[in-house]
Parts: sequence; C-alpha cells; structure tokens
Amino acid sequence: MLTLKQTRQLRTFLLGSLAWIVALLVFFPIFWMLLTSFKTELDAFSSPPQLFFTPTFENYIQVDSRSNYFHYAMNSVVVSFGATFLGMLLAIPAAYSMAFFETKRTKGTLLWMLSTKMLPPVGVLVPIYLIFKDVGLLDTRTGLILIYTLINLPIMVWMLYTYFKEIPKDILEAARLDGATPMQEILRVLLPISKGGIASTLLLSLILCWNEAFWSLNLTASSAAPLTALVASYSSPEGLFWAKLSAVSTLACAPILIFGWFSQKQLVRGLSFGAVK
Amino acid sequence: MSDLTIKNLKKVFEGLEIIKGIDLDIRDHEFVVFVGPSGCGKSTLLRLIAGLEEVTSGHIYLDDKEITDIAPAKRDLAMVFQTYALYPHMTVRKNMSFALDLAGIDKKEVEAKVNEAARILELEPLLERKPKALSGGQRQRVAIGRAIVRHPKIFLFDEPLSNLDAALRVQMRLELARLHQELNATMIYVTHDQVEAMTLADKVVVLNAGRVEQVGSPLTLYHHPVNRFVAGFIGTPKMGFLKAKVESVNAGGVLVSLSCGHQVEIAVKGEHLQRGSRVTLGVRPEHLRITAASDSTFKAKLTVSEHLGADTFCYVETADQEVLTVRAAGHFQMKFGSDIGLELDVQQCHLFDDQDRTLARITTPL
Ligand SMILES: Nc1ncnc2c1ncn2[C@@H]1O[C@H](COP(=O)(O)OP(=O)(O)O)[C@@H](O)[C@H]1O
Ligand SMILES: [Mg+2]
Repeated sequence: MLTLKQTRQLRTFLLGSLAWIVALLVFFPIFWMLLTSFKTELDAFSSPPQLFFTPTFENYIQVDSRSNYFHYAMNSVVVSFGATFLGMLLAIPAAYSMAFFETKRTKGTLLWMLSTKMLPPVGVLVPIYLIFKDVGLLDTRTGLILIYTLINLPIMVWMLYTYFKEIPKDILEAARLDGATPMQEILRVLLPISKGGIASTLLLSLILCWNEAFWSLNLTASSAAPLTALVASYSSPEGLFWAKLSAVSTLACAPILIFGWFSQKQLVRGLSFGAVK
Repeated sequence: MSDLTIKNLKKVFEGLEIIKGIDLDIRDHEFVVFVGPSGCGKSTLLRLIAGLEEVTSGHIYLDDKEITDIAPAKRDLAMVFQTYALYPHMTVRKNMSFALDLAGIDKKEVEAKVNEAARILELEPLLERKPKALSGGQRQRVAIGRAIVRHPKIFLFDEPLSNLDAALRVQMRLELARLHQELNATMIYVTHDQVEAMTLADKVVVLNAGRVEQVGSPLTLYHHPVNRFVAGFIGTPKMGFLKAKVESVNAGGVLVSLSCGHQVEIAVKGEHLQRGSRVTLGVRPEHLRITAASDSTFKAKLTVSEHLGADTFCYVETADQEVLTVRAAGHFQMKFGSDIGLELDVQQCHLFDDQDRTLARITTPL
C-alpha cells in the first residue's frame, strides 16, 4: 500500500515525465533542423541519419552569399510588428465594447468573427489577389500588413475579450465616475490591469504573422517578401538541398524564437491569467 | 447646492420593468438611504442617478439642470461600490488622486487634498501601498477617500459595508455618520439592511419591486408606516401580524376580534370599514407582554426564546398558528411549550385594511 504522500510523489513524477516527453516531441523537429543545418548536403541525406558528424558553417555561408537575408528579415519585422500594432489598435476597442457593453448580439458577433477563421484562405485567394492587383498592393509591405491584420483580428479580439471579461466592471465604472473619458478609461485603467493578456495577445499575433506563409507566398514576389518566402525559395525545382534549407529555416525561426524566449514569462502569465490569477 | 429631483423614472431591462416610475426629491446635505429587499431595484436606481445605466423614461435633475442623458463623468457625483472597485495597479495615493489628476488640477493642490482625506480616514501610513496589500476595512476607507477628495455634489454608496465583518460594519457605520457631519455633504446610500437605514438616514426611501413604498424619517417609518410592507420591513425583530375581523366602528376607534376571540379596540379611523370585514393587526415585539395564562383572554404557547443578555426575544404561537415575537426582559425564563397569556399595548398597535394600507390614527401616541 502506498501512503498518501507516496501517491502524491508518484503522481508528480508521472506528470513530470509526461511533460518532458511532450516537450521533447515538440522540440525534436527544431532540434533536428538545427543539427541538419550544420551538416554537409551529403551527411544530411545519409540513411540512417547521423547523430555525430563534423559540423560545418558552409550552409550558412552559402545562404548568406546567395540571398540578402536582412532584406527578408526586415520585411518580416516590419510586417509582423505593423500588423500586430494595427491589429491591437482595432482589437482593443472592439473587445472593450464587447466585454463591458454587452448586448444581445455580442456572443453571436464573436462567434461569427471566429467562424471566418474556418474558411480556407485559398477560397478567397483569387478575389483578394485581384483586389490587391487593382489597388496596387501586390508585393507591398502595406498590403501584407493589411491582410495579416485582417486574418488575425478575430483571434485577437476573442483573446482580449476573454481577458477583459475577467476584469470587474466596477473598476471601469469607478473610472468613468472619476471623470475618465473612454480613451482614458482604456489607456489608464483597462490596459495596465490587463497587461498579461495584452502581452500574450501581442506575442501570439507576432508569432502568427512571422510564420504566416500562405498569403506572403501568394501576394509578394521580392520587394515585400518576408522570411517565409525566403525559406520557400530554397525548396526550388533544382531539387531539395536539405542542409541549406535547414540553415535558412533556422535563420528564419531564430529571431522569433529568441524573442519568444525572452518574453516567455509574460506569455505564461498571460495565458494562465484566468486559471491561476 | 446639490438638490436632486427624480421625475417618473423608469428602467426596463430586456422587456422587464425594474424601476416602475419613481418620483423623489433629495435636498442639499441630506443623508438619504434607499432600503428594500434584495432585487427590488435599489442598485439600479442608484446607477441611473450615477449615469451608469441608461434611463428608459423619466427625468433626473441636479440643481435644476437636467442630467438624465449626461455622461457619468460630467455629473460630478462620486460612487463607492460594494466591491470597492479600487484600481489594482495604483497605490492608495494614486487611487485617491486619479480623479483630480484627470481633471488637471495642480499637483500641489492634489497632494494637499489627498493628504487631507488620508488624515480624515486615517490612511496616512498606507498611502504608498497597493490595494491588494490592504484589509477589507482599509480598502473600504480608500474607496471612501477616493470619493471625498473630489468634493462631489453627491456621494453615492451601494451597500458599502456588506463585505465587512459584523464588528467592522458597526465601526464603519459610525465613521460614515461622522463623515456626513464633518463634510456636510449630500449622500445617497443603498442597503438591504434596515438597521443601517435606521441608524444613518435623515430620510429613508423604502423600495419594493421597483416602486417607492414610503419616504420619511426613520422614526416616521417606525411609528407611522403607510402600509403593511413598510411596517414589516422596518424594525427588528419584525412586526407581528394577526388576522382580525371588524366588530364595530366607533368614534373612539375600531373594535376588532382576533382569531382566538380576544377583542381589542384600536384608535384608528375606520369609516370605510364594514362590520365583519377582514383586517390585519400589526404589533411590534416591544409592544407585547407575556402574562400568566390565566391573566389574559389572548392565549398562546411559547415556542422558542433567544437570550441576548439585555433582552429576550420570545417566539410565541397563537391557537391559530400565527407566530408573534415578544420582547421580554433579559432575565426572562420559561419552559418551551408553556401556555402563556399575551397583553397588547393597544396604543401602539397598527391596523391594516384588506389592501394592506395602514388606517390613520385618531390620536398620535407620544
Ligand atoms: N444589467 C441588467 N440586465 C438585466 N437585468 C438586470 C440588470 N441589472 C439588474 N437587473 C435586474 O434588476 C433587478 C433589480 O436589481 P438591483 O437593482 O441590482 O437590485 P438590488 O435592490 O438588490 O440592488 C433584479 O431582478 C436584476 O436581475
Ligand atoms: Mg444591489
């Protein structure tokens, strides 16, 4: 028979192991990509795969000479931050009014907004492509910012709405009676209180924009192409070069990974806002 | 000046009329308490005054200026919420200065006002703390402080004491009364607790199901309730009610017989009553006396008694299963289930007609 304490220890151990297994499974592809990026093309292809090999920087040097990494990285940064900023500008007031001035139709509106995410993007590719062409937004950062803002908006509004719902209405009403305009109420009371939620929404939007590939591949050619387009250009008709592809993928992921790493404390706090508090 | 006038105010929520046409006058410097059972619309009425809810129909005037559709920020009212609603990310000092900062008042003046409020409320040592590091009572004081720094036209309180423990509640009640004296301000206070209403108010507004039942001073409500609802709501323990039948209507009052056959004459006007019509007799615990069973024709059984030290509250049941509360002396002792006699102070009894309206007294008792 196990004592109560032993049962608890066993449970902690089992849960801990499970967490590690899941974490390793999730991390493995990234680890493998990183490993492959330091192999020669020959090693990268070898079967069974090699775990021990002489590392080389050859792939990175090649990638650097073949394409202008910073051009693409800059596009990714501008487009991701631009779309996130614009998205927040729209999502915060929307979520504020939905959370604090709820009407009969609020729930329905939220559901409808989310349901637009269920439409496969390819279904609207042609009309959007034609519109972009007509108004001259093809292969522009502005165009990408607009489209990214629109595709992420439902999720951003939904997330912020959930966070705002946690905030007692009284606090905002107190501010209203204290003489705050709606703008002051949002900027000086609502946003500081929901820092965690705002931060995680920001991060999620940044990550989604950074990794977005469908629209960037279809709506950009070169001048506004972000890193995802750069990665795609390495899986070219001349054949697959796994090592180089891994190197360029590593370069594409690195900034957002590092950024995410530094802000993980905020992210965890934001995501567990409702659960722990 | 801060006179508030409410005219035929109505509020409908989702097709349901919650406030059903309220007329009210609140004078400068008055401490007005809205009291009524839970769900009767007290908070809604207060929030309509504050501008936090939109008025469905009717008008609200503050000093002859209509404020019915004015934004809450522009009404110059301050509200203390039941949940305190402090800004969690600001220190106590910031919480209190927020409104003044928004109004663009000079830093020096803000500081002076905050310090003054902190002194009145004994919050000085806590000024740099965040709300989460405060106890319930301290949070409550900060919430009040946030209101008083503004010198608003009217203070609004929504059950501000109901989240405090009993001892603190009594202490804060006294403090609020003192504040009202000291600030000489107009205050509107919502509570479901009639003791708070009786102790704090200059004027009590008794609400029931979205209507005003009666407006008056605490003692007016206690001595002259206009109907059975107010009579039963004001006073602890509650007034007891007995079914009665009119025997005769005389110049001196109305003679009624209780279900046990006991007859009493109550000095009220009853011209519109018929012989034999049904009425209700109301008597407060303090106007009943327990006697030996043989000394009275009004007989009952003692069911429970509660010893509070100074007083004993005895719950008695008449032959007709009507329950009454009797206030007896602290040393009162009697076995449960004993047969007893009851004596009514007829001068203090109330009589309600079949519409539950109070019948007017012929002579006002002192
Ligand atoms: N925002 C609202 N939407 C719908 N019904 C409401 C709303 N606010 C209050 N009510 C209803 O109005 C009635 C009175 O509420 P309230 O004024 O809070 O009562 P109380 O006297 O206890 O303060 C209740 O039945 C409540 O359900
Ligand atoms: Mg209420």
